[in-house]
Amino acid sequence: MNTKVVVAGVELKNPVMTASGTFGSGQEYSEFVDLNALGAVVTKGVAREPWPGNPTPRLAETYGGMLNAIGLQNPGMEVFCKRDLPMLKKYDTKVVVNVCGKTTEDYCAVVERLGEEPVDLLEINISCPNVKEGGIAFGQDPGAAEAITRELKKRARQPLILKLSPNVTDIAEIAKAVEAGGADALSLINTLTGMKIDIQRRTFALANQTGGLSGPAIKPVAVRMVYQAARAVKLPIIGMGGITRWEDAVEFLLAGATAIAVGTGNFRNPCATVEIVEGIRRYMEENRIGDIRELIGAVR
Amino acid sequence: MMSKRKENCRVISQEEISPGIYSLWLQTEQIAAGARPGQFVSLYCRGESRLLPRPISLCEIEKEQGRLRLVYRVAGEGTREFSRLSKGDALEVIGPLGNGFPLEECRQKKIVLLGGGIGIPPMLEVAKRLDGDVTMVAGYRADLFLQEDFAACAKLVIATEDGSAGVQGNVLDALREKELSADMLLACGPTPMLRAVKEYAAKEDIPCWISMEERMACGIGACLGCVCRSREVDAHSQVHNKRVCKDGPVFLSTEVELP
Repeated sequence: MNTKVVVAGVELKNPVMTASGTFGSGQEYSEFVDLNALGAVVTKGVAREPWPGNPTPRLAETYGGMLNAIGLQNPGMEVFCKRDLPMLKKYDTKVVVNVCGKTTEDYCAVVERLGEEPVDLLEINISCPNVKEGGIAFGQDPGAAEAITRELKKRARQPLILKLSPNVTDIAEIAKAVEAGGADALSLINTLTGMKIDIQRRTFALANQTGGLSGPAIKPVAVRMVYQAARAVKLPIIGMGGITRWEDAVEFLLAGATAIAVGTGNFRNPCATVEIVEGIRRYMEENRIGDIRELIGAVR
Repeated sequence: MMSKRKENCRVISQEEISPGIYSLWLQTEQIAAGARPGQFVSLYCRGESRLLPRPISLCEIEKEQGRLRLVYRVAGEGTREFSRLSKGDALEVIGPLGNGFPLEECRQKKIVLLGGGIGIPPMLEVAKRLDGDVTMVAGYRADLFLQEDFAACAKLVIATEDGSAGVQGNVLDALREKELSADMLLACGPTPMLRAVKEYAAKEDIPCWISMEERMACGIGACLGCVCRSREVDAHSQVHNKRVCKDGPVFLSTEVELP
């Protein structure tokens, strides 16, 4: 049985990855899951300098999901390269580093710095709804998305995955724009912008007022967008949004994703990723599917 | 240190010990064996409509028998679901989580424990483990709970907001009225109480450890949802944000800011 997939020239032993921001750099979850069993670990966003993130409360649960407004707290690229990368390299899994920034120059600096490091793929976050500058500002305008992709592509040593926002009118248009800019793959979806109000305290549940909605509640939106993007571009797609179990993962593959990522599902079950790897295998066995590639985009 | 685990636990017993306050005994395979006072576990609800595990402090730990006692308040739909559990029911639990109180620093000292409201339960296992001169100051709104458990292992001072039992007022009012002195304070309770205890400890120059609370998602230090402002640059992100779930929930009072 073949469970290997190829994303932008990088072969993953299986299509199961982690979604950026939910898994740190993998250290904490390595107490629960064997990172060697994963197709790839996708790190939390790494910026040029340390970022303190937003005030608390940063989290609020909603029906079938949650809102977060962490604000991309991270130690910056130097600490990441010295501390987190050597830890990750001990494992037999692919390393995908998520890159965040406020300006094009910020993104360029991180992409150039990571070019010197043993990183397999870069995932460019142009879709975070929780920071005022950068992030989603690049991801909601096709022209800006194409331009930053082009700039980064000139400097990148590793293939580039562009992580797209669902907070757009037409996902296909943005997908085509970053493809035109030279993207090697797409990740979608990031979180949907949401809000929760605490009726007892009569104020916002999050200090940031708005946050990114994730979890099972957003899965149908994510599946639809992966399907639309897969029809619009030739790039491999990493599908995510509300995956908590193997059935969800298979759904994304059928919609056109080459790989999938588990995010909020890790909070629900810290062992979710490895259980999904097992579940996909069983599904393939039971349905006599010899190669996982038979599933990718099989529903048209 | 024992590692964290996710387990399918069994309910041994549950009872409502005060209006809206429940005492739940759980049978674990290994979580209890590795647990320390001041740590917590997170409980999962059934289904996925309530997605995130609920962090609840450990009230008692019976290592040998693998049993944990959780005393919690029904604060929403998740805890309401837990309150309906009864003997034999299964419950998904992750733990033990967090750092716990530094009991080794309390040996042979005069210790005052301060618990406010649902911050009272985690002090019970602490009180049971300490060997020095231990006084528990328990602050309630009105209805008492766990008072007999504390009386069995420490000197107990009760404060109630309505004055229906013990000293009228909060834990600090009781501390002052009883003229309690201490080599060290350990506290758990709502943020306004912790802020007052932190100020008191600074003024009296008493080392003080406080157990904090924040909204959590992963519970293991990965998601950075539950940070608190720290005086020193934190090791994880090199900013001033310590993770309540992993670096805490217990912090030296001088180490954290309580805005």
